[in-house]
Amino acid sequence: MVNYLVRRVVNFLFMVALASTLGYVLSSLAFDPSSNYQGANPPIPQSTIDAKLDNLGVNPERPLISRYVNWAGDVLSGDFGLTVGEQRVNEELSRRVWVSLRLLVLGSIIGSLAGVALGVVSAVRQYGVSDRAASVLSFSLLSTPVFLLAILLKFGAIDLNNRLGTTFFYTIGEYSADFSGNNWDLFVNRLQHLILPTLSIALGGIAFYSRYQRNAMLDVLGSDFLRTARAKGLSSRQSLFRHGLRVAILPMATFFAYSFGLLVTGAPFTETIFGWNGMGSWFISAVQSNDINSVSAVIVFSSVLVLLSGLLADVAVAILDPRVRLR
Amino acid sequence: MAALQTEEVTPQSLESARSDDRLTRGALIRLRFMRNRLAVAGVVILAAMFLLAFVGPFVSKHGWNELDFLSLLQPPSREHWFGTSQIGGDVFALTIRGLQKSLIIGLLVAVFSTGLAAIAGGFAGYLGGRVDRGVMWLIDALLVLPSFLIIAVMSPLYRGRTWLVFVVLLAAFGWMVTARIVRSATMSLRERDFVRAAQYMGVPARKIVFRHLLPNVASILIIDATLNVGATILSETGLSYLGFGVQPPDVSLGSLIAEGTASALTYPWLFMFAGAALILTVLAVSFIGDGLRDAFDPGSSKSKKKSRRKGEIQ
Repeated sequence: MVNYLVRRVVNFLFMVALASTLGYVLSSLAFDPSSNYQGANPPIPQSTIDAKLDNLGVNPERPLISRYVNWAGDVLSGDFGLTVGEQRVNEELSRRVWVSLRLLVLGSIIGSLAGVALGVVSAVRQYGVSDRAASVLSFSLLSTPVFLLAILLKFGAIDLNNRLGTTFFYTIGEYSADFSGNNWDLFVNRLQHLILPTLSIALGGIAFYSRYQRNAMLDVLGSDFLRTARAKGLSSRQSLFRHGLRVAILPMATFFAYSFGLLVTGAPFTETIFGWNGMGSWFISAVQSNDINSVSAVIVFSSVLVLLSGLLADVAVAILDPRVRLR
Repeated sequence: MAALQTEEVTPQSLESARSDDRLTRGALIRLRFMRNRLAVAGVVILAAMFLLAFVGPFVSKHGWNELDFLSLLQPPSREHWFGTSQIGGDVFALTIRGLQKSLIIGLLVAVFSTGLAAIAGGFAGYLGGRVDRGVMWLIDALLVLPSFLIIAVMSPLYRGRTWLVFVVLLAAFGWMVTARIVRSATMSLRERDFVRAAQYMGVPARKIVFRHLLPNVASILIIDATLNVGATILSETGLSYLGFGVQPPDVSLGSLIAEGTASALTYPWLFMFAGAALILTVLAVSFIGDGLRDAFDPGSSKSKKKSRRKGEIQ
């Protein structure tokens, strides 16, 4: 087990290094940071532009290899460099990371738990009304892109607010800027802001997991060991949860690793539509402003996140499945 | 792929098999597919979308790049079926233009990426060894980063160029999962007698992969190509929504929705039709994909589980 984990961690570090290299090199090749300073009136002299680019460490006059080595060395010592606006990337990162993590972690936990529960219920009541309703719902949700879902949620909430005459759901930002009140009120206020963005991330997850969990559960329901469990006197509930679910949930752990990539893709849309200043909205503005250092930081963040979820999934499988543990 | 798995054949198909002694595999698959109501509905919806996208321009009263300065932000009417936009564009013409672009991109990318996946997965699975390790390494490396991020980063490269560059990028970063499936399928076929026979007859590896292995995983390829159409349309519209995909003045469903949502509460027709067309298209494609899977491989479908569960514990 220890050996297995050590191997996974080494592989993890290697993959993060690879992904961040890919991110830095690709953005350096694709972006033209000097275009940010051109077309200004009065025009900025070339020497000033060069000095600014040198300061950021992105001057295309320098060979890419030396720029990359410099950047990688800084990152290894914990410094992601400067943004195009000459702010420290680290500061921006520490401010935004928690915004996105709150959204993604909450969204994925709610999405996976509710999805698994829905899938189990659908499988146990196969072809029942609830199963059919869940199927139709998850098919439609899987066919709706995140941005459209977020927009529909937002407009639905605004409509609801207008009808109720009060603001129940907030659709912009993480909390009201002009807010005053005690901690409890602030918590409620944050919660009112949090519901819709989290829902827009979680709904896709619910649809995704419930489909797969339903199929996995159906496979298990017809199996001999479950019949044995019933035959030795367990109630149907006990046999389902103690023996059935434990097996049927294994493939979900692997899907969890894959779906985190989807979640990371969804974050930019959710964050821009609901006006959250997280990593996703930062990524979009950084691409638009040719900001190589910021884009690379977001890519390092998302690769760490995707790989970490993969690692977590491996550990979960090892805990749940004795066959993997013994290997 | 065994030809006919008798245990899966339902009474209806048996009946039709008896009435027509020479029921081919293709006919059997068509029969199974046509019995699936959702899949047939998917075909109908998708056909309607294609008709709308490619015949629509001929019946539309306005071109997609024509501006009617006399009617700005008008609701749907007899003159402008889906209403007009802020600058007087005809929303019907714009929507079918966007639908056209999204459908073409979806189809092209699905064909390219599935082809790429077949070649990469087929050779990796058949040759094994160093080739296999190399391909798997590449797949793992490309899967670490969501392709959305990579393509968005590379978007300045095709700004102001043809949208075909965008298609190539979407295909280049969309083949990995299918390639894995193809690889594991070819690995299990590699040891079969007909492949051995070909090897001993001195057939070169390239020919074995293309003539003997890939035709045997054709069902996987067809199913995945279909599902990839939906996945591609989703990522294309997402990227276009953020301005990283199809570039103006051209439009796609994604960029239309992005433009329409700015004032969608007061003028819902600006994004409503594009949104509905997008959801319906992707939904239809996934119904067809699921129907194809059930038709090709009924063993993996519900019918088996249903019969197996009969008389089981409840």
